[in-house]
Amino acid sequence: MMSKLIFGRYIPGNSVIHHMDPRAKLLLSFYFIGIIFIANNWPTYVLLFAFTLLAIKLSGVKWSFFINGVKPLIWLILFTVVLQILFSASGGHVYLQWGIITISQFGLINGVYIFCRFVLIIFMSTLLTLTTPPLELSDAIEYLLMPLKVVHFPVYEVALMLSIALRFVPTLMDETEKIMNAQRARGVDFGEGNIFQQMRAIVPLLIPLFVSSFNRAEDLATAMEARGYQGGEGRSKYRILKWHGRDTWATVAFAALTVALVFLRA
Amino acid sequence: MSQIIDVEHLNYRYPQQAADQLTLTDISFTVAAGEWVAIVGHNGSGKSTLAKNLNGLLAPVSGKITIDGQVLSEQTVWDIRRKIGMVFQNPDNQFVGATVEDDVAFSLENQGIPRDEMLSRVAEALAQVDMQDFATREPARLSGGQKQRVALAGMIAARPQILILDEATSMLDPEGRAEVLQTIRQMKADSDLTVLSITHDIDEAANANRVLVVNDGHLVEEGTPAEIFQHGPALIKMGLDMPYPERLKAALARLGVQVPATYLTEKGMADWLWQLRSNK
Repeated sequence: MMSKLIFGRYIPGNSVIHHMDPRAKLLLSFYFIGIIFIANNWPTYVLLFAFTLLAIKLSGVKWSFFINGVKPLIWLILFTVVLQILFSASGGHVYLQWGIITISQFGLINGVYIFCRFVLIIFMSTLLTLTTPPLELSDAIEYLLMPLKVVHFPVYEVALMLSIALRFVPTLMDETEKIMNAQRARGVDFGEGNIFQQMRAIVPLLIPLFVSSFNRAEDLATAMEARGYQGGEGRSKYRILKWHGRDTWATVAFAALTVALVFLRA
Repeated sequence: MSQIIDVEHLNYRYPQQAADQLTLTDISFTVAAGEWVAIVGHNGSGKSTLAKNLNGLLAPVSGKITIDGQVLSEQTVWDIRRKIGMVFQNPDNQFVGATVEDDVAFSLENQGIPRDEMLSRVAEALAQVDMQDFATREPARLSGGQKQRVALAGMIAARPQILILDEATSMLDPEGRAEVLQTIRQMKADSDLTVLSITHDIDEAANANRVLVVNDGHLVEEGTPAEIFQHGPALIKMGLDMPYPERLKAALARLGVQVPATYLTEKGMADWLWQLRSNK
């Protein structure tokens, strides 16, 4: 169940989006969040939606995954939208005024814009995580952190830590499952009773898990040393990232989008 | 034949131990290049400690270790680690890479080997252990035996002269164990690899040219497997295991449970245990 939460994110596929360089995907996703703020009228938002939907279409991932991505955040979004509608600076036609609450034409429009922004950001970041395996993301992060080497930030080490952490998630999940079964066999009920009882049941789970993680870490460090690991310096890399033509084209598409947005904005 | 491993009067004590307590006491032995030596002994007899001394994972109190003509010291430790490949007990806890090929490449990355050469060496090593179809798999989707074969592929790729197996098959099921042993025999046939296997498994010890028996930190016996196996039941005292179901049966019999006299496999033992209550 828990492993689905983390690893079910990535949907293997063979689309052009899946094959993009993770660096390009990561950077362009961040860039997209930036340029959303250029949009300030209907044509620009329509353009952004068209662009996002086209990217989703290209990825070949089912729409439902994206709708599901919005669902857990829907209350946060609605809360923000309502605040925006009720308390934002008034302008245009005022529909209702009561104390400090003002519902105005501008407020309403702003609320809808904010809703669009949230949905766009969630769609794009969901697209990133659905089409990029965690390991590739960690490679991209390593590459993008490279400039920090100047200030002696241990980039290689952090990247290795990240990839080992990812590699051990399923192992620890299996272990949790085993310990849970062992506790169930002794009569512990998980997911029963009130919240305090449920939290109580977790404690005998965490302690053995914690202890075994430390043992694993110890063993792993020994194995790494035996295999000649002496820190990041002087290591060569087996996995490398390749920038392809499609990544350049994607960048060009984003540049064109930016130009169009600036042109269309009010 | 030249001596690839030469251990002279090795003494070792863990830092937290009292000064008069030694985990290893005055251990001396040599291993010829190309030999297969098994080290047997009880849990806690110091076998694994001995192995970790050989590649400098632990530093001895006194004594001299020479590997392929190089005396182990702080200056030579990294050279020596390149000469020694070590496979440990727990298949999961030595799998560093996020995928099979990444793990095989780990030692090579540490040595700073250029990528083109890594690609060919990794592919070659995976083919040798018959895991080439699993190159991009994650460790979570492999069996214990497959993970240990990947660990062996990592060794093949790094091309050490000595392979130390620290109870490498002890956590595997019988099939996994057979797979791994077969792979090691194959590796041994392909190159003049020296193998040092620390084991409880009688089959694994039987593969060796020579068996060393360690007890309580002392090297107590040395001989060919045939010589050692003549001891019969005393083998158990030396730390060579009876098969697991047999041990479980013995333990149950001691508690007064009636156990079947016939030999049971692990599966058969599990079935029998399930039915134990209901048959009463």
